[in-house]
Amino acid sequence: MTYSSGRLTFVAAFAVLVVLGVVIELIRRRRLQERYALLWIVTGLVMLVLAVWRGALYALADAAGVAYPPSALYMVAGLFVLVVLLHYSTVLSRLSEQNKTLAQRLALLESGSKAAEDGDRRAA
Amino acid sequence: MRKAAIVPAFNEARSIAGVVAELQASHPEFEIVVVDDGSTDETAAVARRAGAEVVTLPFNLGIGGAVQTGIEWARRRGCDLAVQVDGDGQHDPREIEKLLQPILAGQADVTVGTRFAGDGTYRAPLARRVGIGVFARIVSLIVRQRVTDTTSGFRAMNARAIELFADEYPFDYPEVEATVLIFRHRLRLAEVPVVMRHREQGRSSITGLRSLYYMGKVSLALFVGLLRPRPALAK
Repeated sequence: MTYSSGRLTFVAAFAVLVVLGVVIELIRRRRLQERYALLWIVTGLVMLVLAVWRGALYALADAAGVAYPPSALYMVAGLFVLVVLLHYSTVLSRLSEQNKTLAQRLALLESGSKAAEDGDRRAA
Repeated sequence: MRKAAIVPAFNEARSIAGVVAELQASHPEFEIVVVDDGSTDETAAVARRAGAEVVTLPFNLGIGGAVQTGIEWARRRGCDLAVQVDGDGQHDPREIEKLLQPILAGQADVTVGTRFAGDGTYRAPLARRVGIGVFARIVSLIVRQRVTDTTSGFRAMNARAIELFADEYPFDYPEVEATVLIFRHRLRLAEVPVVMRHREQGRSSITGLRSLYYMGKVSLALFVGLLRPRPALAK
């Protein structure tokens, strides 16, 4: 082998643990909701398994036709990041839809109370 | 003493009128608020016709957000007692008395009607029973008290609990986390055996992929919750 897979295991596992630690800490400080952290945690755990369990990584690389197994790690990471991004796009879409609904309801509510005030003034 | 009956309802047009009527018949002293969680059917109109106050959310928030809306409603009205009753008719309002008793006696701040501690006629599907059982064990360990049903939404609470939950309540699938929240804020929890009916309409919202999400989200929340410092004693 021309590369040091032992070092790769260590670096990858360390990086994943740092990310998982940051995610947990963000939840703890209530800056990240559990529902939006789940995908990150799943991603982290899969990466951790592949980094530590070399047999699985090699089998995966073999199955996917990747000649250099550590590249398979990047491939998997890239896939998961794509899924996370797509998930965020759907979340963003839902939020903007809800934001529109809120703005509309609030505007209608305010114009209603303003109309009521005008009515009171006319009556006075 | 002002008392509120909070009924979260999402597309329960077919059962909500019955629930409201039963509440009025068995507990006329309760002010009934139906929190319509962005229903796409006639839930709000039906509930209003039945004589309940209706708060309609502009879109579906999920059960946690809906219940908290009702609790905030109760707080603003100055209620010192609130019960939470599902809009699908599976909770029998005649059982409310059992929930209120420990609170009125000053022995508990929150009571939860449980299907498992008592008469034992309730049979959930196996997978669900296992899931409920696992969380019940974990929660029992955390709160150092035997808890048998962490999924029941049939609850009663006093003014202290109304105050706490109006400020802090889990967003979706809230029951497990709420149980831990009660303990962390040093409120007293009591489980009360009740008889529940089969749902009049509809099925559990937790199936398939959602149950995976449910398990993951609740486990994560429980775990991270343990890493937070315990809140200071409430006034």
